[in-house]
Amino acid sequence: MSENNITNILVAGIGGQGVMTAAEILSQTALQQGFDVKKTEVAGMAQRGGVVTSHVRFGARVLSPAIAPGEADILIGFEPAEALRWCTHLRKDGVAMVNVLRQKPPVVNTGLFDYPDDPVAEIREAGIDVHAFDAGAIARELGNPKLVNTVMLGAISGYLPFSAEVLKSAILDRFRQHKPKLVEINEQAFEAGRKADGTS
Amino acid sequence: MPECSGVKEVIKLNQVTAKPAAERRFMSGNEAVARGAWEAGCQVITAYPGTPATEILEYAGQYEDMYSEWSVNEKVSLEVAIGASLAGSRSLCAMKHVGLNVASDALMTQTLVGVKGGLVVAVADDVGLSSSQNEQDSRNWGRFANVPVLEPSDAQEAYQMVQHAFELSEQFDTPVILRLTTRICHVKAVVSPGERRENEVAGFEKDMAKYVMVPGNAKKRIPVMFERLEELRRHSEASELNYLHPGSDQRVGFITSGPTFLHVLESYPNAPALKLGLSHPLPMEKIRALSQQVERLVVVEEVDPLLETEIKAAGIEVSGKDILPRMGELAPHVLRPAIERLLGNAVPIETKVAPPVEPKVEAKTEKVPGDDLFPRPPTMCVACPHLGIYYCLSHIKNTYIAGDIGCYTLGAGHPWNALDTCICMGASMGVALGLDKGRSKDDDKKNIIAVIGDSTFLHMGMQGLLDITYNKGNVTVLLLDNRAVGMTGGQDGPSTGRSLQGEETLRVDFRKLVEALGVKPERIREVNPYELPTLFTALREETKANEPSVIITNQPCVLVDFYAPKPPLTVEEPDCNGCGNCLDLGCPAIYVTRRETEVKPNGKEKKLSFVQIDSAACTGCDLCPKTCAPDAIVPMQTAQQ
Repeated sequence: MSENNITNILVAGIGGQGVMTAAEILSQTALQQGFDVKKTEVAGMAQRGGVVTSHVRFGARVLSPAIAPGEADILIGFEPAEALRWCTHLRKDGVAMVNVLRQKPPVVNTGLFDYPDDPVAEIREAGIDVHAFDAGAIARELGNPKLVNTVMLGAISGYLPFSAEVLKSAILDRFRQHKPKLVEINEQAFEAGRKADGTS
Repeated sequence: MPECSGVKEVIKLNQVTAKPAAERRFMSGNEAVARGAWEAGCQVITAYPGTPATEILEYAGQYEDMYSEWSVNEKVSLEVAIGASLAGSRSLCAMKHVGLNVASDALMTQTLVGVKGGLVVAVADDVGLSSSQNEQDSRNWGRFANVPVLEPSDAQEAYQMVQHAFELSEQFDTPVILRLTTRICHVKAVVSPGERRENEVAGFEKDMAKYVMVPGNAKKRIPVMFERLEELRRHSEASELNYLHPGSDQRVGFITSGPTFLHVLESYPNAPALKLGLSHPLPMEKIRALSQQVERLVVVEEVDPLLETEIKAAGIEVSGKDILPRMGELAPHVLRPAIERLLGNAVPIETKVAPPVEPKVEAKTEKVPGDDLFPRPPTMCVACPHLGIYYCLSHIKNTYIAGDIGCYTLGAGHPWNALDTCICMGASMGVALGLDKGRSKDDDKKNIIAVIGDSTFLHMGMQGLLDITYNKGNVTVLLLDNRAVGMTGGQDGPSTGRSLQGEETLRVDFRKLVEALGVKPERIREVNPYELPTLFTALREETKANEPSVIITNQPCVLVDFYAPKPPLTVEEPDCNGCGNCLDLGCPAIYVTRRETEVKPNGKEKKLSFVQIDSAACTGCDLCPKTCAPDAIVPMQTAQQ
């Protein structure tokens, strides 16, 4: 947590990856825990395969909704190059949790730009505590690429000002309400994420 | 002055967390505006979709006891709200900043008429241009139309101020502008909602002197308007929406409007800050009082120096745009360095995200991680019906292409680069005609094409097409009917056949419509945009014809609920010759597996890109096989056999 007792979480990825959902779940959980919460939503052009970020801020009283560069406690990177793009938003002893599954945009595919050789190494070289693993592979093993979201939340659950169990039950409650069939698989995904980071 | 509900709560900003959990809701500024309007007993609420304001109406549409509609454009939208107000209903019209340019004709005279039921114009400025063709400060309209401007700083205030706006509107017989920004519309925060208060609709009463703005009547209304402005000025001085957040640090005091109040509080919690919730007309005496308390006064306003100019004109010394950027958000990381410099303190070069323009930040010597990373611009969706159209447009030479506002504006980007202009909603029509009529001798053989979507055509393009036919323009119009307002998220309109509430209603017949606008029946073609050869032929033939022609494409947006995906395709890798032709479609599902350089017998080098298709993303639209000479792209099932 920052000096002013606000927790700043930056979620970064690409449109369609579940960035907004992850941010919403974190916000709702913080809200249930009695915090004041602000969360940015991105709409419009960002949906179209562009960069998507969501700022989640919670604490006793949140004023500005924007996380300033150098002030994020946690960066959840759904894609390694996007994690690199946003890593300067982390504070010095912040944590980056990164899914290493690469997603190359058309500008890279058509040879206009190069994808970095090792974005995670670049983040590490910047002196950032980076935890990287293949959340995409875990999701695929569990049979649904959309589970990346829950895997990432599981991975980050040990770094929050509330317990991993609290976050897990918030996620599962959400599925219980909307898609009860997916409760069990999401529980597995959450636990797999926790294990991947070695914090369970 | 009657007590306005909501005022007291506004002052208790950010104390909402003290309430029990059941009374706290997590909502965006847009949802909060809809909720506040509904609670205030609003009876009619209208809009045309536009980022960042779109969701106001989507939320409003969920309240069954409030009439809500997608209008064809913002001008009509405001006129419907005006009519409802004159009928005695509280009414609200929501729009993005450029929408008010369109609606301004109605606003500029309605300010003379006034209101019967409260009339609120909720206008959202896209500060930072997340999804707009320009950045505008809608507070200017408050000055231009002599109407009050309310500026909330977050969702809770938006919820409260929209209710206050109705009361202000009725109390002072004026339309009221509720100025929002992206950071209010698209930020979720804790809101404590209440219950709906029903209003008796007073009913329309004839009053020609007030409602019929012919010169003789309008002349008499102008002094009334200025008198109203003076009363509002006195109200502004007394209003609890304008209050001082006290602070012991007297080195610098702040004057804030909208979300900048929270940015200032975040950055300088101990500095005195004047919070202007009612920012036009300005409470100059409150400002003067603050100026006498502090060593320096800084106006923090997004985008234009409106308050700053007025405060300076009143003889009060302030800083503003001399130290802060004139565009983009004035978030803490922009604000802090500017204020530290003003205070004469050293500013560490710490941030990668610099203010977009002036003042310039000193050059950095150290390499910042991620600095040289590829961009990831927004692109068209997998299987988007526009892909084939832009593939064709990028392969047709000798054209000038006038574009318009929508997803298809992305055709200006990589790999198509097939748009030459983009100005505003509907502009493709008039601009294309102008390119035709104003052409140089060298451009004698150029074909002029206009590209416009279904919703944009109905918004403001129809009149332009009529101008083309009436004036015998030589323009080929590509009318991309994807049955959705795609860019804002697939909203409904007269081209979709569904209302805001999802009920079945009129679906416009574009063929009949353009024929009625004067295009000859033989010059109107309807084409499936996935049929590339047909599309090419239609484009060649219609551009050759020396008269107005319209090609209507007829396949739906892939994001609509009735879009039917087909089994995915795959690349038989041994058959791929690396020509890279399919990459010219720009479909995000196609990716390069390896690159090679082939040296031809004549010594020339040719770059080869071997590809594969992301089967999880592909929806089998069958467009890319039509670009593949060696027929390497096949249905996945065939490949597996």
